[in-house]
Amino acid sequence: MAEVRLNGVRKVYAGGVEAVKGVSFTVPDKTFCVLVGPSGCGKSTLLRLVAGLETITSGDVLIGDDRVNDKDPSDRDIAMVFQNYALYPHMSVYENMAYGLKNRGTSKADIDKRVKEAAKILAIEGFLNRKPRQLSGGQRQRVAMGRAIVRQPKAFLFDEPLSNLDAKLRVQMRVEIRKLQRNLGVTSIYVTHDQLEAMTLGDMLVVMNGGVIEQIGSPLEVYADPASTFVATFIGSPPMNVFPVSVDGAGILSLADGTRVGATSDHKGDLLLGLRPENLTIDDLPGATFVATGRVALMEPLGAETLAYITLGTSGPEIIVRLQGHATQPPGTPVTVRAAASAIHRFDAKTGRKV
Amino acid sequence: MERKVVYPHLVLPYLLLAPQLIIIAIFFYLPAGQAVWMSTLLQDPLGLSVRFVGLENFEIVLSDPAYRETIARTFLFSILVVVVALVPALFLAIMADRVVRGASIYKTILIIPYAIAPAVAGALFLFLFAPSIGVISWPLRFVGVDWNPRIDGLDAMILVVLSSAWKQIAYNFLFFLAGLQSIPKSLIEAAKIDGANAKRQFWTIVLPLLAPTTFFLIVVNVTYAFFETFGVIHSMTQGGPGKSTEIMIYKVWYDGFIAQDIGRSAAQSVILMVIVVALTVVQFRYIDRKVHY
Ligand SMILES: Nc1ncnc2c1ncn2[C@@H]1O[C@H](COP(=O)(O)OP(=O)(O)OP(=O)(O)O)[C@@H](O)[C@H]1O
Ligand SMILES: [Mg+2]
Repeated sequence: MAEVRLNGVRKVYAGGVEAVKGVSFTVPDKTFCVLVGPSGCGKSTLLRLVAGLETITSGDVLIGDDRVNDKDPSDRDIAMVFQNYALYPHMSVYENMAYGLKNRGTSKADIDKRVKEAAKILAIEGFLNRKPRQLSGGQRQRVAMGRAIVRQPKAFLFDEPLSNLDAKLRVQMRVEIRKLQRNLGVTSIYVTHDQLEAMTLGDMLVVMNGGVIEQIGSPLEVYADPASTFVATFIGSPPMNVFPVSVDGAGILSLADGTRVGATSDHKGDLLLGLRPENLTIDDLPGATFVATGRVALMEPLGAETLAYITLGTSGPEIIVRLQGHATQPPGTPVTVRAAASAIHRFDAKTGRKV
Repeated sequence: MERKVVYPHLVLPYLLLAPQLIIIAIFFYLPAGQAVWMSTLLQDPLGLSVRFVGLENFEIVLSDPAYRETIARTFLFSILVVVVALVPALFLAIMADRVVRGASIYKTILIIPYAIAPAVAGALFLFLFAPSIGVISWPLRFVGVDWNPRIDGLDAMILVVLSSAWKQIAYNFLFFLAGLQSIPKSLIEAAKIDGANAKRQFWTIVLPLLAPTTFFLIVVNVTYAFFETFGVIHSMTQGGPGKSTEIMIYKVWYDGFIAQDIGRSAAQSVILMVIVVALTVVQFRYIDRKVHY
């Protein structure tokens, strides 16, 4: 149990690719931190830097109070769950789980006790004598988890551990991982590019893009108050509507075709406006700040809710509105889209950062 | 889990296998059958009189203490060749696997010896180790090693083992390298995190994962040592000095073509065949099961 701290960590690969461009954050003790971002943004690299599988170009990684930059992976007292599980194919499930303890000179009786305990927690007691190839994907996943927890390390590192499972199993394992981490209280860093996993698992979310951190916060903070258009469109499904508006001298916002949208701003220069589909309505909304007319382009009924694609003004942008229940306006129907003041996000058009 | 594919055709599979089967029949089963038949005959060197003697040739050959020595020598020779051919090959493969820059150059250089014919390899080593002029035996004399494979049986044995194994190293290297490269990197990384140092990674992860490759190579190298080393021995020591490097395959040839004792030579080649077949069967039945994971 320990906090994990990163100070200005950079990684430049041998070929000159700067995969991580100076990242700093602290994962407090017992916290479940989720690193999320699109493919190739440097999540795995960052995790491998913490694990010691890659050398750090500059900056520091601290686990507890130890600066571990120059320590071997084995001396960092961390456990890692790999995307492909990386189970030793020639060892039984029992041996797979015992291997790390054996290497560290734990006594046979102690190993036996801990392996059996972990097996019980993960419900894999029945498979202890099997080889990995005799297990299903979900069972292998559990063994990989078991191998991590028997060690009772200072921190768990997960690199997309659920991406090889089918959708149903993924949800189930997600819940189990969360429970397990709560019960064991081990500091964890979990890499994923699945924003749903990120939202549901993390105490703390670190959103990355192109080797830098876009935003750090709890999942709900990040959802409610995205720091940039990147975060705004990355977290949440369907994504936040983001479209350009111009600001005139009086601070009144209007679309490219001149349609006014009701809201105002004292920002100098053009803006990007962000509105979550679930915060929009086409019904009456007393006291609405954002008010814009448009036409229905398409209605997509999903059962419990309906996604309405609406073209604002005369020529767009097209935005998504999430409606409760069943709605069936035909394409072309004129509608007025409304949102409350608190639901409006404003971003600088040039930098994409929140203003 | 192997799955059997069942084809409804009766003729097609045989037709497709025919070219291979015909070659095996003409160049293996036919001569092998001939050897078995000839091993039951007694004929004079000129082939003028032939007499059926049943198993008498085998009785005589097997009761000859010199032949039993040859068998023992052959086993020793084969074990040495296999060890000397496998261990350095594995070492080189591990080194080559770590090379990042110019990897293909190293690999090509290491593979070249395989393209050299055994007799040529023999000649090469003969020069290298020639007692007075060899580039290796010359410095050996300086450090006080009295090296002379033409007189000393042990020196001769070392020489033929080295030159027989040398060529195989290239072949084994290729397979070990392929085996190493097929071990997922994440397994080694997992082992590192699990606290295994380089030595333990090798003994508990890499070597067990290479076991199927190693097993395959042992089978191939044993067969090589039993049969294909004839060229090396013939070009280097002719089985001498004395009989110190005479292995079974060499004695088959010597007794048949030099001593002209066709019946006993044939009996020996049958014995040789039986031994190698038995070894291979044992290897597959008992070891194969243990090495696969
Ligand atoms: N060993 C390497 N050598 C050189 N460049 C690398 C290496 N590994 C990764 N990269 C590069 O570093 C960048 C970040 O890679 P990384 O694997 O960390 O991405 P990721 O966020 O984990 O993506 P994904 O979600 O697809 O797994 C990529 O541009 C990638 O091409
Ligand atoms: Mg990755």
